[in-house]
Amino acid sequence: MQPTNDNGAPLKNAATGTGRGTGVSAQRPTFQVGRPSAPAMRTADGVVRGNADASMQPAASGAANSAASDAANGVSPNPVRTPAEPLGLERVPSDAAQRDPSRFAPRISQRRFIAKAFAAVCLVATLIGVVVLAALLVDLLRDGAGRLSFEMITGFPSRFADRAGIGPAVAGSAWVLFLTAMIAFPLGVGTAIWLEEYADNNRWKRLIEMNIANLAGVPSIVYGILGLTLFVRVMGLGRSLMAAALTLALLILPVIIIASQEALKAVPRSIRLGAYALGATRWETIQHQILPMAMPGVMTGTILALSRAIGEAAPVILVGALGFVAFIPTNPSDQYTVLPFQIFNWVSRPQPEFHEVAAAASLVLLVLLLSMSGIAIWLRNKYTRRS
Amino acid sequence: MSSAIRNPTGTIELEARDLSVLYGETRALKHVSLSIPDRKVVAFIGPSGCGKSTLLRCFNRMNDLIPGVRIEGEALFQGRNLYGAGVDAVDVRRRIGMVFQKPNPFPKSIYDNVLFGPKINGYRGDFSELVERSLRQAALWDEVKDRLDSSALALSGGQQQRLCIARALAVEPEVLLMDEPASALDPIATQKIEDLIYELKQDYTVVIVTHSMQQAARVSDHTAFLYMGEVIEYGATNELFTNPREERTEAYITGRFG
Repeated sequence: MQPTNDNGAPLKNAATGTGRGTGVSAQRPTFQVGRPSAPAMRTADGVVRGNADASMQPAASGAANSAASDAANGVSPNPVRTPAEPLGLERVPSDAAQRDPSRFAPRISQRRFIAKAFAAVCLVATLIGVVVLAALLVDLLRDGAGRLSFEMITGFPSRFADRAGIGPAVAGSAWVLFLTAMIAFPLGVGTAIWLEEYADNNRWKRLIEMNIANLAGVPSIVYGILGLTLFVRVMGLGRSLMAAALTLALLILPVIIIASQEALKAVPRSIRLGAYALGATRWETIQHQILPMAMPGVMTGTILALSRAIGEAAPVILVGALGFVAFIPTNPSDQYTVLPFQIFNWVSRPQPEFHEVAAAASLVLLVLLLSMSGIAIWLRNKYTRRS
Repeated sequence: MSSAIRNPTGTIELEARDLSVLYGETRALKHVSLSIPDRKVVAFIGPSGCGKSTLLRCFNRMNDLIPGVRIEGEALFQGRNLYGAGVDAVDVRRRIGMVFQKPNPFPKSIYDNVLFGPKINGYRGDFSELVERSLRQAALWDEVKDRLDSSALALSGGQQQRLCIARALAVEPEVLLMDEPASALDPIATQKIEDLIYELKQDYTVVIVTHSMQQAARVSDHTAFLYMGEVIEYGATNELFTNPREERTEAYITGRFG
């Protein structure tokens, strides 16, 4: 390598100066204009091609000749790519010359049948779900539709089934929904942002994430026990809306965190780099680029988690929802009941008339949940269109 | 190595002094020293993994964003060490802009894409005027002037890349770093970007990383050939391509490896 440099360079210069002088100077002006195309590239090649020219033209100057002999002596590297060595590839002989159809057994009709059979199995699985859901709806409608009325939805509970209403339960569920969202959304999204955007990927972060994932799988009744101890007794909130909202917020926090983390992860790295490269701070990047892009996913996760919260009966039973509330709660420290608990309470009674009211209340709860999913979809579309 | 030109004539805008970048235990850039003159186009060429993008990203501290990265030595901008005490990476990145390999417009309108940088940096002039000026500089104005409010994602790849250039120019940087800006584009879009680079060097120092040696030859005044984290050769582009000093440079530009 060292001798090549010492000997090669002056020789090439000499060749440039004399033998191929005209060729090079013809290319140079194009260069300085700044827009030469292919010739620029071939110049280095040209040194090599010069050798070939020299051997073909006996009249070439002595310098070019010595460059050619240089190449022949192996001092300067061989310009012609020998396929095997530099590419590191070995030629594998092809079997194409001896094609033999008997070596394959395509069994097309059999494979087609398996494909169709699998599609049919998947369709059946879907239909089972749809049919069961439809049966539930039909059953609820048959039992409850007759009892559904404005008076029933806004009225107060009664010990007479034909006069019982769900007004306080609807109001209680709305209160719990609002308070739970107010608590869980900022905590959940904040946690997700910290974990995804700020925390170093070390063992503490992984430990926290693992625990959050585990908490998402803890049964809701366990959160009820925690809520009873912590919020109702230790914090002295009693049987209040606030205690229920805090308990349900804890219940859905892991779901919101995980959904938000996924939404943040889905924002491409190129967007972050693009913002940083314009002189944005980390928070400006999050605020203006990452959060707007992650928002549809965060929203969807939060609303679905909230639907779970207002459908829960077990934890609110533990933290003290009442079976008979004859007033509309007006502030977070009021006593309350919620729809799932009201339904549970009525279903537990022996009189079949109360079962009908329960079915009607279930329909109201279903409509509430469906409209929340609707809002989730609407919000997602709105944000997607804006971006 | 020793024969490489390390000090081209003219005012020096950027300079690497014994600069090393370590990813964990791997030294991606090994004691590199070179200087980049003001208002010239400098190309970094070399095979994949040679450290050319790493070197480029040292000049606007984008390497800071990679966890576990360590930088030794100095990267100077107008004589001041970019990694010195009291230098804020956010300020560095406004003054030394960057265009990436894949066009990465924000999923917002063309107008908002251009204005994101100026707004966060507290631009106090007229927004519409700045948008027009930046888009004209990036040779995109005529194509988008009637639909500034439509999404940047509706543009073609080449237009998106020019929008990214306009976005970078809108914060009035002094240097523009381009990391393979045309490698995801078709030949026509590539030519537009190259024409643009030629125009931009009137006002900016441009450093471009490219896999295409033809591109380096076409657009740059100086070229650095990097290999295995070292600058093998650095010099005037026509010199380097017609008359490489180093055997490895010649081997690379004639296509014998890489």
